[in-house]
Amino acid sequence: MKKPLPKLLSLFLSFLKIGAFTFGGGYAMIALLENEFVSRKKWLDKDEFLDMLGIGESTPGPIAVNMATFIGYRVAGVLGALLATLAVCLPAFTIIFIISLFFDKFLSLTYVGYAFRGVQICVVYLIGSAGVKVVKGMEKNLFSVLVTSAVFIAFILLSLFSVTFSTIFYILIAGVLGLTLYFIGRIRGKDASEKALSAPAPQSDEGESEEKEKEADEKEGGE
Amino acid sequence: MIYLTLFLVFLEIGAVSFGGGYGMIPMMRDACLSHGFLTEEQFMDFIAVAESTPGPIAINMATFIGSSQGGFLGAFLATLGVILPAFLIILLIAAILRNLLKYKGVQGFLSGVRPAVAALILATAVVMGLRSIFGIGSVSDSFDFNYKGLIILAVLVGVSLGSKYLLKKKASPIVLILLSAGLGMLLYGAF
Repeated sequence: MKKPLPKLLSLFLSFLKIGAFTFGGGYAMIALLENEFVSRKKWLDKDEFLDMLGIGESTPGPIAVNMATFIGYRVAGVLGALLATLAVCLPAFTIIFIISLFFDKFLSLTYVGYAFRGVQICVVYLIGSAGVKVVKGMEKNLFSVLVTSAVFIAFILLSLFSVTFSTIFYILIAGVLGLTLYFIGRIRGKDASEKALSAPAPQSDEGESEEKEKEADEKEGGE
Repeated sequence: MIYLTLFLVFLEIGAVSFGGGYGMIPMMRDACLSHGFLTEEQFMDFIAVAESTPGPIAINMATFIGSSQGGFLGAFLATLGVILPAFLIILLIAAILRNLLKYKGVQGFLSGVRPAVAALILATAVVMGLRSIFGIGSVSDSFDFNYKGLIILAVLVGVSLGSKYLLKKKASPIVLILLSAGLGMLLYGAF
């Protein structure tokens, strides 16, 4: 029988593996995370995992980092969080740093340059389809549709007229609008805010986890 | 000082990028163009590399942009910057504020942020597309139609739809990137 690895080392290696083998960003990683920590290691149960996923999706930053920090902390405290986050970033950092040393030379090859002119079109397509997917999956109500249209139109117009306006402001302004709407709703009484705000805090934990489970299933199916 | 700039720019991006990898692209593009880190073309080239290599896109982009501006230390600081807010916020939630996201005020804030992020991703694609296919970067640009680009886009859309409805499988981004690289060599190199 093999002696089980110390938990910290095992945590580190799991996230190193996940960081090294997930292509295509955060969502591809979710199925792997669940398999590793819920099914194989049984460090988390499914509900706990879905709860973490919900939090990871609603907090800023790369979802992989959010999940690594969260799972690491749950398993082994602050040191665990630190090691898991380091491990999930290390492969990407190493690989990209090495590529960055040669990338300019590589691009200056004539045919590679042609290939990348094609690839740029693909990037437009990938970002566009990611955008369509996010817009489709968004909860739709009067407020969210208004914010989406206003930001969409403003961003394109300001770009075309070369007006500098940091993208960060769009996000902050929209967030403050959402917050304001919530407070107006609260002052006016419940009825207005319930209709206007998209995602009121879940009433019961059961309903919430069911919903997330459905979401996670869809994501797994999509990959 | 470039190191401090890199760290702060990416710290800012890390703190406001809701919605995962693609949610961060509009902010990264903005930072690259406004600080002159990369041109639009370089930025797009690198998204393709970030998509084709393992790891979170945000980390890949931060490492690359940091490295291009300030070598190893630049790459390290940019990556640290983009990770730090996520790390601290999650630690805060995990350790102290389990219910942070259940506060109605936070939900209200997020109800505004989510549609804004969605719109920014889509609008960024439109702006990039206008530039790379129609040559329109600003209103003063003359129309410069890149029909080869449009052919590539049409093939990509066709292949994705075909894969979705005939094979019942989403076309992998890496397959699409390789396909467009081949088409690029063929169309721009041979004709």
